[in-house]
Amino acid sequence: MKTIVTAEINGERREALVDTRDTLLAMLRDRLGLTGTKEGCSNGNCGTCTVLVNGEPVCACLMFAAEADGARITTIEGIADGNTLHPVQAALVRHGGSQCGFCTPGIVLSAVALMERNPDPNEHDIRHAIAGNLCRCTGYDKIVAAIAEAAKASAGERR
Amino acid sequence: MNELKYERPTSVDDAIACMGMAGARALAGGSDLIPQLREGRRVAGVVVDLKHVPALVEIASTPDGGWRIGAAASVTKMRRHEAFFSAHRALVDSACLIGSLQVQARASLGGNLCNAAPSADGVPLLIALGAEAEIHGPGGIRRAPAEAVPTGPGRTSLSPGELLVALHLPPRVKRSADRYLRFTPRREMDIAVAGAGVRIDLDDRGAISVARVVLASVGPVPVRAKSAEALLVGQLPTARLLEYAGASAAQECTPISDTRGTAAYRRDLVAVLTRRALADCAGRLGVFLS
Repeated sequence: MKTIVTAEINGERREALVDTRDTLLAMLRDRLGLTGTKEGCSNGNCGTCTVLVNGEPVCACLMFAAEADGARITTIEGIADGNTLHPVQAALVRHGGSQCGFCTPGIVLSAVALMERNPDPNEHDIRHAIAGNLCRCTGYDKIVAAIAEAAKASAGERR
Repeated sequence: MNELKYERPTSVDDAIACMGMAGARALAGGSDLIPQLREGRRVAGVVVDLKHVPALVEIASTPDGGWRIGAAASVTKMRRHEAFFSAHRALVDSACLIGSLQVQARASLGGNLCNAAPSADGVPLLIALGAEAEIHGPGGIRRAPAEAVPTGPGRTSLSPGELLVALHLPPRVKRSADRYLRFTPRREMDIAVAGAGVRIDLDDRGAISVARVVLASVGPVPVRAKSAEALLVGQLPTARLLEYAGASAAQECTPISDTRGTAAYRRDLVAVLTRRALADCAGRLGVFLS
């Protein structure tokens, strides 16, 4: 069955004709061409497809596209400000927190969601926030350092 | 996956009507259901999205001093509900072992119960706390103990067309504590090799008046260790008593050997986890374990 999903994606109202069996991940990638969201395990274990749904990090593979009707969604395409990287992205570049890069979009969204709720996260908070995002390259330390630095910089700006 | 209809009811009555459609399956968070449908482990003709029915997502205290949790209320919502969190910290902690934050933003205790995995982390304390399931169906509304909902891996006692609408937690007595502990090789994002959810209530003398020991991943459904419970009731908590209770629980469960652990290993874990969870409860009730 086909259905039309209307959602606010990265600040823009978008419509997509989807199959009711499509996941949100399929809608983003295959119907809307937003291929920055990656498909990893497709069963909620790897967090590679993490997007924000109404501000909460969610695995896009664990949601039907139809469930997103009326929702506000942020994907990795909505994170940078034009050519200016988000502080989390810039810090990941500086720290070498991205190697093959496949997990990076999901990591960035988990980190952004963490910083929204907790402007001063400690190492435990950061590791917990990205516990649902698997990275097979970095060993996580550089990712954790990057997020800590980005959070500190953002907290400094607010002061 | 075969053809699928998506329904989004906004009232319990509409949800029940949807559940009467051929091949209807309730969709709470979807963190279990969607992979199951994709992999062909479950089949559905209609998914009924429960998250737009207020009664299914609300968490509210009840006039008797207990709590009513909408069956599709997310774990994240439970964690952020300050009054509920402080009243049922251990239960929320157990639910926060389910998957990642991404999963918890969607997953619900009602879904955890109805998915009926023996390893469900949110279920042992529901049972230990005496939660009741509020089940609506074409024949009306009925209440059943949460314990009676899972009947085997992936199977429940709900009849076709019935829907778990809410979980009711009874009021607590003053001196009552509960705790769920599990063992996993990894700290997060893992499935319990074994788990133990316990609750003890103390009377005026400091003796155990109510004991519940509910075990995860060591039987086809969450296992009540009734001999261990009987051994505890009427006694003053001591280190030796809790050790006996753990040993008894280890004897009562019926684990299998699989990729996550052998049956013997699981029994050993049950003894340790039960004892530790009970000791934690005793400690929080101000009992010095001699």
